[in-house]
This record gives sequence, structure tokens and C-alpha cells, in this order.
Amino acid sequence: MAKSQAAEMVPESLWSGGVSPFGVSWQKLMMWIFIITDGLLFAGLLAGYGFLRLASPQWPDQTQVFYMPFIAFMTFVLITSSATMGTAVGAARQRDRRWMVRGLVLTILGGLIFLGCQAYEWTHLIHQGARLYTNPWGVPHFTACFFVLTGFHGSHVLSGVIILTITLIRTLLGKTTPEGVEIAGLYWHFVDLVWVFIFTLFYLL
Amino acid sequence: MHHVHEENHEAPQSFLRRYIFSTDHKVIGIQYYLTALFMMLVAGLLAILIRIQLAWPQTPQPWLHKILPGLYDPNGIMRPEYYPMLFTMHGTLMVFFVLSTAPVSGFGNFLIPLQIGARDMAFPFLNMMSYWTFFVGCLVMLASFFVAGGAAASGWTAYPPLSALPESIPGSQWGQTLWIIGMVFFIASFTMGGLNFVTTVLNLRTRGMSMFRLPLTIWAMFCVSILGLLSFPALTAGVIMLLFDRHFGTSFFVPSGVVIADKLMPHQGGSPLLWQHLFWFLGHPEVYILMLPAMGFASDIISVFARKPIFSYRAMVFAILVISVLSFLVWGHHMFVSGMSPYLGMAFAVFTLLIAVPSAIKVFNWLATLWRAKIHFTTPMLFALGIVSLFISGGLSGIWLGQAPIDIQVHDTYFVVAHFHLIMAGAALFGVFAATYYWFPKMFGRMMNETLGKLHFWLTFVTYYLTFFPMHFLGLRGMMRRIYDPTQYDLFKPLQPINELISHSAFLLGAAQLIFVFNFVWSIFRGKKAGPNPWRANTLEWTTESPAPHGNWRGPLPVVYRGPYEYSVPGVAEDYIPQNVAPAEVKTVGARG
Repeated sequence: MAKSQAAEMVPESLWSGGVSPFGVSWQKLMMWIFIITDGLLFAGLLAGYGFLRLASPQWPDQTQVFYMPFIAFMTFVLITSSATMGTAVGAARQRDRRWMVRGLVLTILGGLIFLGCQAYEWTHLIHQGARLYTNPWGVPHFTACFFVLTGFHGSHVLSGVIILTITLIRTLLGKTTPEGVEIAGLYWHFVDLVWVFIFTLFYLL
Repeated sequence: MHHVHEENHEAPQSFLRRYIFSTDHKVIGIQYYLTALFMMLVAGLLAILIRIQLAWPQTPQPWLHKILPGLYDPNGIMRPEYYPMLFTMHGTLMVFFVLSTAPVSGFGNFLIPLQIGARDMAFPFLNMMSYWTFFVGCLVMLASFFVAGGAAASGWTAYPPLSALPESIPGSQWGQTLWIIGMVFFIASFTMGGLNFVTTVLNLRTRGMSMFRLPLTIWAMFCVSILGLLSFPALTAGVIMLLFDRHFGTSFFVPSGVVIADKLMPHQGGSPLLWQHLFWFLGHPEVYILMLPAMGFASDIISVFARKPIFSYRAMVFAILVISVLSFLVWGHHMFVSGMSPYLGMAFAVFTLLIAVPSAIKVFNWLATLWRAKIHFTTPMLFALGIVSLFISGGLSGIWLGQAPIDIQVHDTYFVVAHFHLIMAGAALFGVFAATYYWFPKMFGRMMNETLGKLHFWLTFVTYYLTFFPMHFLGLRGMMRRIYDPTQYDLFKPLQPINELISHSAFLLGAAQLIFVFNFVWSIFRGKKAGPNPWRANTLEWTTESPAPHGNWRGPLPVVYRGPYEYSVPGVAEDYIPQNVAPAEVKTVGARG
């Protein structure tokens, strides 16, 4: 058989090896898969919360417990930080280091403000008598779910801030790649998205 | 994107970096495998203690008091509060630390880069982290035997309130907490491994290795990694809540009004059923995490030793995919007696029975591959046929148990124990043995002894059936699982001869494994030297030397021109064509070599 025929036997389709089928590097692919599995952890916790809340004879009125404008402010800060993260990723693609650093600093600042607000919110509620096993507003499940859900989300925000700080330091040292910033950004957007679910399902509904 | 792994790195020279903290997927695979074998030994000894107890419940065993004074009272009678610890840890260790670990983390790590034509995993360092995380999980589980109250005792399913209240049973003190911590380490390790596996299979296949040229073993590893990544988070969420219930006073899983030793528990309003849902959302896919690799091994090995292409490769791939999807929709069949709506139960039953369709396709294809083949009855082939046999035997009772009306009758009896030991545990165990005998030459460069291997197979096969098949009859007569002493009930007294038969077979089964251990250790040093391709097989791992060097191939990576099952192609001189042979290089009959 001719050599050209042999070469034809190697399919050049999207599924034929290398980076196909998704056409992304393995670092980014792994972050996507990790986001799916980590998202399912929150899905499990939220499903548990939903199950208990539906089975519960009563549920406190959230507007009586939380000061909603404050929560709305926290949400606003976190979502804005997603936008500044987008700026950093865009700047990284264009190799614009100045805006990259600005974007990252603003994002980290947003994350820290959010964490500060959360710390304030927790302290305030604990002073009012909220514990994992009891609270002044009704069923104990209310605060148990609250602390577990927001605690886990908060720890994710904290790890996001740490990842972004490392990215920032590496950027200042000139060691980051545009893709590295983008992958860190993927995680940050994911953390923000989880908050949207928690905000909707726990605070609003 | 080949370039990153294209260059051949020098193998690390120091012993520590080469064999202990290695990032080479082959070393990590073997580390996982050997650790899992050690855990199998521990879990197997627990099973022996269970069988001694069930066959001779009130017969004093003073010698056991001497060895295990905590477990047996001075008269040599087992302390009843510790019996649950035995089956709990037997189940936990076997399901997670042995039969998930040895095939998936062990052989998966070893085989994926070799069979897809890659130098290593996508993330070698993460791979090493994954092993050492697993290792810590093993240590935590083993340590839990030595804390006050002993190891966890609420079953491998850890149902609350038993698992949620430290007062409920001795094993629910520190033992249960360590169980949770050990599981968290295991899940973290399995997640790191799964991320690595999926990414590697998707992104590091060599040129020409399209998805539909992957060996079925790799398809199985790929799917179980996805199953693990999607199902374990539910258990993670569950164990986090369980930990909060145990130590921080929440009541996620503990209902109001639980009274233990005349003391009312402060918990209120929780739901034990929530745990069952979260657990079985993982638990059922977990069953397929055990099963699918064994099915992959069986497919590859049967094709090699039948010297025929696997019958209907694409149907096999789709069967794996369909089983994977359906495995997420059937968790409720473990909970038929939990008081769920009969309509919901019906839906779960229908999905469960649907799994019989892809399963039957797989069995049919194996049988069709064997049909009129010149079968070479080597040890790996015998174990592969054993997988098929166990899969059919256990699968038939699965069709019974999948139906709510029958399941409600035999729920939590030895019928269920018989079922899952045949299909899930048995097929996975035989998968580990089949893979060991088959890939041993690639792992250590030497063959295992065939005579000892066959002896091991026949003893294991016969005693395995003798141990687990009679349990069906115990179950149908009503003997419940997890019972400490069946002779407490007059109803079960006539069944004691069956229990004694089972125990004798189980001891023989355990003893037969000594042959395997001897063969394994002896063959590493004294086995016949294996060439690169002792089985004359097609897949890529056989195109490199045995054992494979660091970086897997000394020259450039192989290029793939064909599927993995081209055996006995008409008109071709040899009865196999390795995947990397270009069409122009295939020697036809009559052509000069």
C-alpha cells in the first residue's frame, strides 16, 4: 500500500487524540471538571437544605432575621468583583499588565469586603443568640443550614482570594500566563455563581 | 498539544523519589494496588471473624480471646456490641479501599497512559498527592480500630441516628468520627484521581487514538471517573452534615424524640431519610465504579484469548455509557422499605430493570466473542470468564431485587448479601485477579506461574460460589443480615448447617488466596522473563518493553492506525495486528516477511 494511504488511516477528526474533543488545554479542562464536581457538593448541601425546609412545620421570615439591603450590598460587591475579574482576564489576553494588576487588586478587594460583611453578619446573628442548634426565630434547622451553607461558601471565597493573591504576586513577578489568569478567573466566577444560588434559595425564597 | 509530554525526562535516581514519592503513573498505580491488597487482607480477616461467629455463635473460642481480648470476653464469646464493627469495617474497607482502589486507582493509573499512548498522566504531581491522601485515609481507617469504643459500627452505609449519636453504640464514639475523616480523605483522593483520569483520557491520547479506538478498559475507567466526580460530592455533603450532627449539635439527620438509655436526646426535627438519599445517590453509582472496570478487563482479556475481535465494540461502549447514566436514576431501589410513595418506587423499579438491557447486551457480546473461538484457557482468561459467570449469577437476583414487591420481602436479609457479593464484590474481585495475571508481565517484567494461577482460580471460583450462593436460601428463609447470633431464633436453628457450610467454604476461600500471594511474590523474583508482548495482544502497552521505562516509550510516541481488537483478520499472516501497525506494514498471507 502507498504511504499516502497509510497517512489517511490516521483520522484527523476532533476525537482523534491531542486536545480534542474540547480543544482546550488540560489545565483548563481540569478546572471545568473540578467546577462541576465542586458545584455538585453545593447542590448536595442545597438539596439537603430544601429537603429539611420542606419537611419543617414552619420557617422563619428571612426579612425579619436579615437586613436585606446589607445582603443586597454583599451580593452587589461579589458580582462586581466578577466584572473586575473579567477585566483582568481581558487585560491578560492583551498582555496589558497595568490593567491586569488593577483588575486583580479590585477583585481581591471585592472578595475581602464580601468576607468582611459575612464576618459582620455572623457576629451580629451570634450576638442575637443564633447557634448551630438553636436560634430565636424558630426551627433550629434554620441557623444550622445558614451556617453550613454560608460557611462553606465563605471558605470557597477565602480560597478564591488566596488563589487570586498568588496570581497577583506571580503577575507582579511577570510569571503568569493569560491562561493561568483565566483559569483562576473561572474559579472565581464559579464561587460568585454559587452565591447567586444561595442568595436566591436561602435569603429570598 | 503533545509537546509538553513529548520529551523523555530522565527517571529520578534517588530511591525516595523513584519508588516512594514518585510522580510516575506506573509506580503510583502499583503503590495503589499494593496498598489495596493490604487493605483486602485486613477486610478479609474481618470476614473470617464474622464467619466464625455466624457458624458457631455460642461456642467458646478461648484462643480468640487471647489474640483479641477486646473483641472476645474471657470465655471466648464475642462481645455482641462489637459484632457490628466487623461487618461495618469489612464493608467500608472492601467497597472503598479495596475494590474501588485496586481496579480504578491501581490499574487505571497504570494502564491509562500506556493504553492511550501518553508519557504520563496530565498532572503527575496531583497524582502523587492523590495517592498520599489515600494513604492517610487508610491510616485513619486502621487507627479507628484502636480508639475507645472501637471502629465504626453503623454499617458501611452509616445510617443515622446510629451513626449520628455518639451515645447509640460504642463504635459511634471516636470510631465513627474517624470513619468520616477517613472517608473525606478517600473522597478527596478519588476526586484528584478522577480529575486526572478524565483530563488525561480526553486530552493526552496519541495521534490516531480516536475515542472509538480506545480499549474498553479505558472507556470503563473514563466513565467510572466521571461517575465518581458526579456522585461523591453528594456523600461529601452528607458526611459534612453528619459531622456537624455528631459534634456541633445540629440535627440534620436526627429526628425529635430519640431516647437512648432512658435519656431524651436534645436533637429535633431532622430526617434520617435525607442521609439515605444522599448516601445512595453516591452508593449506587459506586456499585458501577466497582463493576465497570471489571467489565472492561473482561472485554479486553476475552478478546485476546479468544483471538477474536470483541463482538460489537460500539454496542459495548454504548452499554457502558447507558449503564453510567442509568446508575444515577436508581438510588431509590435501596430504599423501597423507607415508606416512599409507591409511584416513586415504581419509577425507581422501572429504571433499575432498564439496566438489565445494557447488561444483557454486554453478556451477549462476551458470549458471541467466545462463540466458535479457539479459546486459550490461561489464568487471566479463566478469571475473565469467572467475571462473566458471576455477573450473570448475581445479575439474575438483581432482577428480583429491583422490583419493589419482592425487595420488600427480602430486604435486609442474606438474599441481598448473596446478591451483592456475587455481582459487585465477586465480579470486581475477579476483575482484580484477571487484571493482575494479565498485566503482571507489564508491571514487573516477569510472568506469573500458570499452574499455581489455575489452582488459585479453581479453588477461588468453587469456594466463592459455595460461600455466597447458599446465602440466597438463608435470605429466602428470612435470616436477616447483620445478625449477631441467628440461633437466638428457633426459626433459624435448622439453617445452622448451611451457615457452617458457608463458613468452611469461606475459610477455604481465604486460604486459597495464600497461593496467590505466594505466586505473586515468587514471580516478581523468579518468574519466567516476559517479552514485550507475551500474550500477543494489540493494545499499546504491549508495544513497549516489560516493564515499561520511565516515559513509557523510549523513542517517539506510537501512532495509532486501527482499533484495539483486530485479531484473526482473514488474509493476514499473524493472528493479531497491534494498534500501531500501519496498513502498509501488515504482512498478508503469502507475502515475504
